[in-house]
Amino acid sequence: MKSFELVMPKTLDEAIAALPESGQPTERVRVLAGGQDLLGEMKESLVTPERVVNLKTVPGIEGHEPTAEGGLRIGALTRLIDLERDEGLQGSHPMLVEAAAAVATPQIRSMGTLGGNLCQRPRCFYYRNPHSPCLKKGGTECFSYGGLNKYNAILGGGPSYIVHPSDVAPALVSYDAVFTLLGPAGEREVPADSFFTLPSSGEVTRENVLAANEIVTAVTLPAGREAWKATYLKVRERDSFDFALSAVALALKMNGDLIEQARLTLGGVAPKPWRCTSTEELLVGRKIDEETCRLAGEDALRMAEPLEQNGYKVPMTQGLIRRALQALAS
Amino acid sequence: MRVLHLCVNGDRLEVAAPPHWTLLEVLRYKLGLTGSKQGCDKGDCGACTVLVDGKPVLACLTLAALSEGREITTIEGLMPAHRQAGGEGADPVQEAFDRCGALQCGFCQPGMMLSARALLNDNPTPSPAEIKHALSGNLCRCTGYTQIVQAVELCVAESTSKKPRSPAWAPGVNPWSRAEPASGGQD
Ligand SMILES: Cc1cc2nc3c(=O)[nH]c(=O)nc-3n(C[C@H](O)[C@H](O)[C@H](O)COP(=O)(O)OP(=O)(O)OC[C@H]3O[C@@H](n4cnc5c(N)ncnc54)[C@H](O)[C@@H]3O)c2cc1C
Ligand code: FES
Ligand code: FES
Repeated sequence: MKSFELVMPKTLDEAIAALPESGQPTERVRVLAGGQDLLGEMKESLVTPERVVNLKTVPGIEGHEPTAEGGLRIGALTRLIDLERDEGLQGSHPMLVEAAAAVATPQIRSMGTLGGNLCQRPRCFYYRNPHSPCLKKGGTECFSYGGLNKYNAILGGGPSYIVHPSDVAPALVSYDAVFTLLGPAGEREVPADSFFTLPSSGEVTRENVLAANEIVTAVTLPAGREAWKATYLKVRERDSFDFALSAVALALKMNGDLIEQARLTLGGVAPKPWRCTSTEELLVGRKIDEETCRLAGEDALRMAEPLEQNGYKVPMTQGLIRRALQALAS
Repeated sequence: MRVLHLCVNGDRLEVAAPPHWTLLEVLRYKLGLTGSKQGCDKGDCGACTVLVDGKPVLACLTLAALSEGREITTIEGLMPAHRQAGGEGADPVQEAFDRCGALQCGFCQPGMMLSARALLNDNPTPSPAEIKHALSGNLCRCTGYTQIVQAVELCVAESTSKKPRSPAWAPGVNPWSRAEPASGGQD
């Protein structure tokens, strides 16, 4: 790892002041939360910041509290292990707890934070390989397109085919969470679904709308979700720990046997958490039965364009959608 | 260089290290505590697991400079801590790993045993599924997982004065039991 200046801000304002001003090169500064992704990137020289701003010394952005509107505001520095072990959350927002528990290993969850999980960089083999100048690193080509693409995107790909690596992000999109971003001009609120970008619509070297002089300070879950049924299911190649081959974050508001409202977001299959709006609409008014499971799976994957080695993700994701619906039916 | 004030295995230490060094580098190359292993050095294997304020973390993905003010426990500290708390011999986790033959080359062991210790401190009576979950971030390339999980089960059984379950490979006899040592052949 290259040496750097380690900045220990005592307040959020100090943290923001240590970030690059607009117009300055952004590559020179990185914020550090749990470091479970950033240190890996720095060791491989994927990023070589001259300054690292440690957010852990900033008080007040950890833990959660109810909002005046009845929602729940969770600080970005909250560690994943504290989400996983929170008995209140297990009852009120089980999908978030399941997603946090599905991340990496106990050691990584002990250090890794909510904000770091959402802002982590892709795991594509070509991106992580320091010797491949891929599109994500400012190169001209996404090597996965004609190369190794077993783990890459089947939806929303092009010109880069990474998949978004976060387990927590799909759950937050399905909870209609809102992210609070703080920058020199103050705070702005961005819905989870609009925070993440596609390589075709956003900047190809980034996965979200966060500016270089902004940090995520909080995630707010809207009121009323305690009454929904929700689950996060993930398939991985190795059961002990692994990134998702495919994942489903499903939240349903039921009225007796009938689905009144639905949120369905896929993980591990697209460059961003993939919200299936038309499938959500299709589910409304239906019972959870065999036909509903089949129709939902077909509709969610209708636009899938698998690459040479990842066609398996289509039936796998359809199977997961079925399992998630069945789990919420009982 | 930066002077760090670390608390390792109960000792308060001052050590000079470059600001970008990881906790693992400082433990191994400044303090000579080579029990924490440098396996992958990027978060995959768990061989560098240490306890920070009682929680298992990866020393290879932790900056030493951010470990100031925390209680760091490495494998070297397990037995002294056990004795200081009035125990005899090695930590029961170490004992059980030894008796169950839960090691082959041994490279994963320090990390495994610290993950197991953290689990048992939090939850003295974990189920086999909880044991596997707690050890899921520690890879054993010799793949001795069965004995490793059994070693933790042995700790649980003995701490609750239950008779440990006899392992699948030794039906009828119980090679782990201190009271009735297995007849013949078991080491
Ligand atoms: C072996 C291994 C397996 C893993 N498996 C999984 C997995 O299965 N699922 C999964 O989801 N993740 C996985 N991860 C990825 C990841 O490290 C963690 O999920 C973790 O949550 C990252 O959080 P952190 O706080 O350590 O982030 P950091 O490493 O501190 O930061 C990550 C990135 O986000 C930026 N950042 C951090 N906090 C903020 C903030 N508040 N505002 C703005 N930017 C910020 C940093 O600058 C950096 O670029 C794995 C990592 C490893 C090493
Ligand atoms: S050396 Fe730290 S996880 Fe492998
Ligand atoms: S005993 Fe060899 S790696 Fe586990």
